[in-house]
Amino acid sequence: MKPPKFPLRFFRWFCHPKLRDSIEGDLMELYGERVKELGKRKADLKFTTDVLLLFRKGIIKPTEGYKNLNTYGMYKSYFKIGWRNLIKNKGYSLINIGGLALGMAVAMIIGLWVFDELSFNKYHQNYSRIAQVMKGGKFEGKHYVGQMSLPYPLIDQLKNNYGANFKHVVPASWKSDGVLSIQDRKISKTGMFIGEDAPEMLTFKMIYGTWKGLKDMNSIMISESTAEALFGDKDPINQIIKINSEKEATVTGVYKDFPKNTTFYGVQFFRPWEFLVNDGAWIKEQGWDNHFLGIYAEIQPQATFESTAANIVDAEVSAIKDLAYMKDELKYNYEILLLPMSDWHLRATFKEGVLQSGPEQLVWFIGSIGVFVLLLACINFMNLSTARSEKRAKEVGIRKAIGSIRGQLVSQFLSESFLVVVFAFIIAIVFVVTSLPWFNELSGKEMNMPWAQPWFWISSFIFLLTTGLLAGSYPALYLSSFKPVSVLKGVFRAGRFASIPRRVLVVVQFTVSVMLIICTGVIYNQLVFVKNRPVGYQREGLLMLPKKSDVFNKKAEALRAELKNSGAVTEIAESGGTVTSVWSNNGGFSSGGKNLDQGRSYATLGVSHDFGKTVGWQFIEGRDFSKEIASDSSGFVINEAAAKFMGFKNTTGQIIHWKNGPWRMDRDFVILGVIKDMVMASPFEQVEPTIYFTMGWKSWLMLRVTPGMSMQEALPKIEKVFNNVIPDIPFDYKFANAEYAAKFSTEDQIGKLAAVFAVLAIVISCLGLFGLASFVAEQRTKEIGVRKVLGASVANLWKMLSTEFVILVILSCVIAAPLSYYILYNGIQQYEYKTEISWWIFVAAGFGALLITLLTVSYQSIKAAIANPINSLRTE
Amino acid sequence: MKKYQLGEFEEVVLLTVGVLYKDAYGVSIKKDIETRLSRNVSVGALQTALRRLEDKGYLTSYDGEATEERAGRPKRYFQITALGKKALEYTKSTRDELWSAIPKVALRLVVGN
Repeated sequence: MKPPKFPLRFFRWFCHPKLRDSIEGDLMELYGERVKELGKRKADLKFTTDVLLLFRKGIIKPTEGYKNLNTYGMYKSYFKIGWRNLIKNKGYSLINIGGLALGMAVAMIIGLWVFDELSFNKYHQNYSRIAQVMKGGKFEGKHYVGQMSLPYPLIDQLKNNYGANFKHVVPASWKSDGVLSIQDRKISKTGMFIGEDAPEMLTFKMIYGTWKGLKDMNSIMISESTAEALFGDKDPINQIIKINSEKEATVTGVYKDFPKNTTFYGVQFFRPWEFLVNDGAWIKEQGWDNHFLGIYAEIQPQATFESTAANIVDAEVSAIKDLAYMKDELKYNYEILLLPMSDWHLRATFKEGVLQSGPEQLVWFIGSIGVFVLLLACINFMNLSTARSEKRAKEVGIRKAIGSIRGQLVSQFLSESFLVVVFAFIIAIVFVVTSLPWFNELSGKEMNMPWAQPWFWISSFIFLLTTGLLAGSYPALYLSSFKPVSVLKGVFRAGRFASIPRRVLVVVQFTVSVMLIICTGVIYNQLVFVKNRPVGYQREGLLMLPKKSDVFNKKAEALRAELKNSGAVTEIAESGGTVTSVWSNNGGFSSGGKNLDQGRSYATLGVSHDFGKTVGWQFIEGRDFSKEIASDSSGFVINEAAAKFMGFKNTTGQIIHWKNGPWRMDRDFVILGVIKDMVMASPFEQVEPTIYFTMGWKSWLMLRVTPGMSMQEALPKIEKVFNNVIPDIPFDYKFANAEYAAKFSTEDQIGKLAAVFAVLAIVISCLGLFGLASFVAEQRTKEIGVRKVLGASVANLWKMLSTEFVILVILSCVIAAPLSYYILYNGIQQYEYKTEISWWIFVAAGFGALLITLLTVSYQSIKAAIANPINSLRTE
Repeated sequence: MKKYQLGEFEEVVLLTVGVLYKDAYGVSIKKDIETRLSRNVSVGALQTALRRLEDKGYLTSYDGEATEERAGRPKRYFQITALGKKALEYTKSTRDELWSAIPKVALRLVVGN
């Protein structure tokens, strides 16, 4: 007796699976009765109508499927159980989440830092097409690149004969300070002269005016902050600004200040290049042999840097091959090259003319520290989870016996780890937000949380996912592999080898931490060593003032007299540059027909007679320049490095012939004396051979403050003199010692960053160790009780519980020492003036790590050892 | 007052489940309604009503025994819940109130005119 097939099949197809069986049963029962009462044909008909009437909402299965409801409930239960586990072991959860949050926060901050470094100059929309023109050549068989100073005729050469390669060619002066004034206000700002296409090429963000603002020769474009300082909220367009109290310029544009991570950061005003060219007639007269300007260029949209560079490589050679005065230089085979904007920040250091990737390596080095710190935190998580696994072994056993398959257990433990990771992430975000201002100060950056950026959320999500997987994978795979039979019988013991992975992870953790400590120590040591380097002059109490206008020369005598009268200054001198940098290099020196250059140039500095007395340089032999001896204008004072390089037997009194095009020089000089090396350029490098003479344009004033007088006392007096004598120019000065200290800023930053990260790494590792120690002590409670009853002393127990960890840490030190020596040996080679890598740093780092470990572990082990054995033996 | 929503047919079904007590499943409910109220009930209408009552929380159900005449399919038994009982009481009391509120005159039907 069977109902019609088709309606039944139809019913089975549309009916909700939960209802199917019971309703089908009803239908069958009814059908059976109807067949008896009414016969098969009528029963079939009724059956069909019943089925058709059942085809309605509530009975039909939902189209989107109903099964996902089930797994959702499962996940809910996973999270509930995970949450209960966290609540149950509060201390352990705190260590776990706190450690992970700390690691994540460090990784996030480092990520932001790396991103900031890599996004340098991306503020400019044409970032991918802008390059700086540079010059290379062959000297002494070696290929050199990286000369950024270029000759004046190259601008027209590139514009006229190679113009098709470029969208824009923009000449630029170097940054220099200038005084901007309107009626009653005057401020000193940094600015530069630049080609009229610059605003368009560098995509200035205009607030007032347009990109065409530099077309007129007497125009000036100022930054937003400058506009605010000068004009307040008013629209400054068409206002007149006096520059250096000499020339007037009309404001034609206001642009948003460049952010810190751009090359043009801090340039507060731009003036047209044309103005500079027309203002000083001397520029137009300069030939290919004087290098004093920079050129930026934007290549054509479809071109690549390689193809463009290939087109312009002989731009100089093709122009100078017919010039008589450049004949001697043809052999250097000059090349015109492009340095893409993406290389300006991280790859644009040149050492002996070869491109270095030092800064970029540093970024990746710091980035890898971030990864390591995160790894340490993940290891903690893994260790604590596996160590506690025995507590959860029974749960796993029961789940398996009931029918969980391994995959389900894996997803359970993974979801638990995600729960922890999400908590840690939220705490980490709070950490980062609160510590970012402090970190910005430390690293000299301007970083913000990029809340509004989709990439931030995407990368955070990926970050969460990988951390969750990384931190949760090992416990998930390990815990789910337990055999239910042995676990439920209660004879589960992890076995002798179960703790080996845990030990390996502890060793990895401490190896990384100890390496970070050692590296920090060596960097710090190197820094102190260089800071204590003798500089060859008195940098305390030395003031340097830029001569911002010609007024300084007109009123030089008055200034000198007034300053000496004030009692605050003992010596005043002039020079062509500061003592804290090398501003010019020259070649063309010979002696008795022998070339003294030998493939390199000498640093040169024009100084006044009293320069030596003012800065306090020290003579090894010979004498200083003297005002009384007129022939000293043909005298040289050279430094020790130059004397060594020239290689005379008796340096003082030697006659040197100097032939140099730009200086229009072709005559003899006599060496008056040799001074101890003055560190003018980088204190990390050897001092360049340097020649001092009395000729040349003097653009700086050097003031020696009266010895014994404090700066607070002297500065107001000096300022008063300047304001009286030169009222138009704001009093602006630099301390020699502050300028010198600024040379350490990068190294100081790295040192501080490394120190912070090393401390954090140690804190995270110790958190993990603390958790492990407490776990081990807890696990051996009974054993400790029995031992105590049998007469073990607290010291015995302490030793027993600490030995394992101490051995692990010693092992880490043994691994870390050679590894970090290898890394440091390579890293420190880049400094010419360097300290030895001292063995005591390694020993100190090792002992430090050991001490911290003992402190961490001892707290737990002593706590366990002094506990009353009655309590521990009574458990269970 | 949307406190207890109960349609007319739903009320009948709910009451019948109460009447049948331990023996309330699809076929028995259907037959009971048909005999007592002499009206035809389709399986579809009944099952939807049962489902709706269950969703509202007035009924619970559990699987019962499977018999031969049902081709091995289990019976689905229904039971009134506390909430279902309240709903019934509420409906009844509102009806009673209405009854008592009707003036006697209104029901005295005029015969002839």
